[in-house]
Amino acid sequence: MALNRTDVEKIAHLARLQIDESSVPEYATNLSNILDLISQMQSIDTSDVEPLAHPLDAVQRLRADNITENNQREHLQTVAPSVESGLFLVPKVIE
Amino acid sequence: MLNKTLAELAKGLDQGEFSSVELTQAYLERIKREDSKYNSFITVTEELALTQATAADETRAAGNATSMTGLPIAHKDIFCTQGVRTSAGSKMLDNFVSPYDATVIRQFNAAGAVTLGKTNMDEFAMGSSNESSFYGPSRNPWNTDHVPGGSSGGSAAAIAAGLAPAATGTDTGGSIRQPAAFCNLTGLKPTYGRVSRYGMIAYASSLDQGGPMAQTAEDAAMMMNVMAGLDPLDSTSADRQVPDYTAKLDAPLTGLKIGLPKEFLSANLNPEMATLIHAAVKEYEALGATVTEVSLPNTALSVPAYYIIAPAEASSNLSRFDGVRYGYRCEDPKNLEDMYKRTRGEGFGTEVKRRIMVGTYALSEGFYDAYYKKAQQIRRLIQEDFVRVLSEVDVIMGPTTPTPAFKLGEKTSDPVEMYMEDIFTLSLNLAGLPGMSIPCGMNNGLPVGLQIIGNYFAEEKLLNVAHKFQQATDWHTLKPAGL
Repeated sequence: MALNRTDVEKIAHLARLQIDESSVPEYATNLSNILDLISQMQSIDTSDVEPLAHPLDAVQRLRADNITENNQREHLQTVAPSVESGLFLVPKVIE
Repeated sequence: MLNKTLAELAKGLDQGEFSSVELTQAYLERIKREDSKYNSFITVTEELALTQATAADETRAAGNATSMTGLPIAHKDIFCTQGVRTSAGSKMLDNFVSPYDATVIRQFNAAGAVTLGKTNMDEFAMGSSNESSFYGPSRNPWNTDHVPGGSSGGSAAAIAAGLAPAATGTDTGGSIRQPAAFCNLTGLKPTYGRVSRYGMIAYASSLDQGGPMAQTAEDAAMMMNVMAGLDPLDSTSADRQVPDYTAKLDAPLTGLKIGLPKEFLSANLNPEMATLIHAAVKEYEALGATVTEVSLPNTALSVPAYYIIAPAEASSNLSRFDGVRYGYRCEDPKNLEDMYKRTRGEGFGTEVKRRIMVGTYALSEGFYDAYYKKAQQIRRLIQEDFVRVLSEVDVIMGPTTPTPAFKLGEKTSDPVEMYMEDIFTLSLNLAGLPGMSIPCGMNNGLPVGLQIIGNYFAEEKLLNVAHKFQQATDWHTLKPAGL
């Protein structure tokens, strides 16, 4: 499975990652090699095998619907890059 | 008082040979003096350590000490620690001072342990050599031209260099066991769910598991007594009783059934490694165990299955790093998309970007069945292999790694070669089983690890099996030259 420049740029866009123009060929090579490794999976027939999502096949545990968290907005926003009036600031989204 | 195990240090504290403050100061001084050689710490928490040590000495004076009170340990910098930078080895979190404690940190604090600092690691735990850390690689105290392993490489290097008597680690595909093997340590990756993941920065959530890294199985058992248990803050933590892991360490191994998987000891394995593994198994026979050959036919498929499942989960987990709520944000973003892309492009290192891209690709429209579903089906086959074998034997043994510690830079140019390093460790994470690595010999001056795999929640048995070996041999007591 060989990925080309367009593939790498498309994947990087989907993942919202800026990749330097100059390093795209290296990503293409390494990602292609990784996909070759991964393609070994296709050598085995799994048509009747149930996928395993959780090693212990556990199900979601439920608890009573009580309020257990305090409001820690100010405390938690101390680590935010940009905050005003309790809101996270980001570049303008709506013109 | 340095170069002792946790159990020995606990005794020294109990008998008043030294105080926790004295002990902590001795470690802090040694870290200051020696760590430039190993780069095993990202952050040394001197002030916090001395505050905790003072409190521990007071607790002891009041007669309220428990087994961990006043013992200094280091934590992998993946565990959120309130008021302390928690970087996960990434530029993305270089400025992140955690506003809360991970459950594991809270547990050790509550037990009276002292935090010496936060240890170096592969960025977001993605690596097998510690070379993907934003803070530069940590180095193997046995030979500083060699890697300490990864991703918990800083924890391993710190213990091996005598800069901490024990440390926490995490293991998503071998990240406790492989560095333990490379640095002559005892490392335990518990059953998935045994140790809470709350506050442990997520890499691949269905595989990640925290555990102890120590000099002996006895010390690992002491740490498991603190770490294991149900946590309401982690919905995947296991609701099962926690035994006293130190209680059955000395149980005899008479009649223990050991399975040796032929896939782990194939003709491709370095013959010197194979000799050491067979010698260790002979030692177990002398202790009363019986040995049979077993087969885990899908072992080789664990590499491709892991390198779909882990990157897929990582691509989802790491989407939270967007420059909005915490961590790095790029300078002067033009618009929202520019902010996301440059924040993530500049904040993540190459290997992390690679894995996010593999995961994004595998989960993108039209590829789900061929990649993610296929990998989860293979995961089932791998689990069935283990379940079958573990119905016939008590433990499975083999090498932890295909080779001893490799040189820095030796495998960085080819990620696939690096991924193959994990061939013997990945399958356990996929199956969710517990496993250990313990020292079993030296190859060209570098340590070799014996891997011991047990059934779900058989940590107590694994620690017993490891402890009895350490009573009969002294490989685990070997230290790098000069220590």
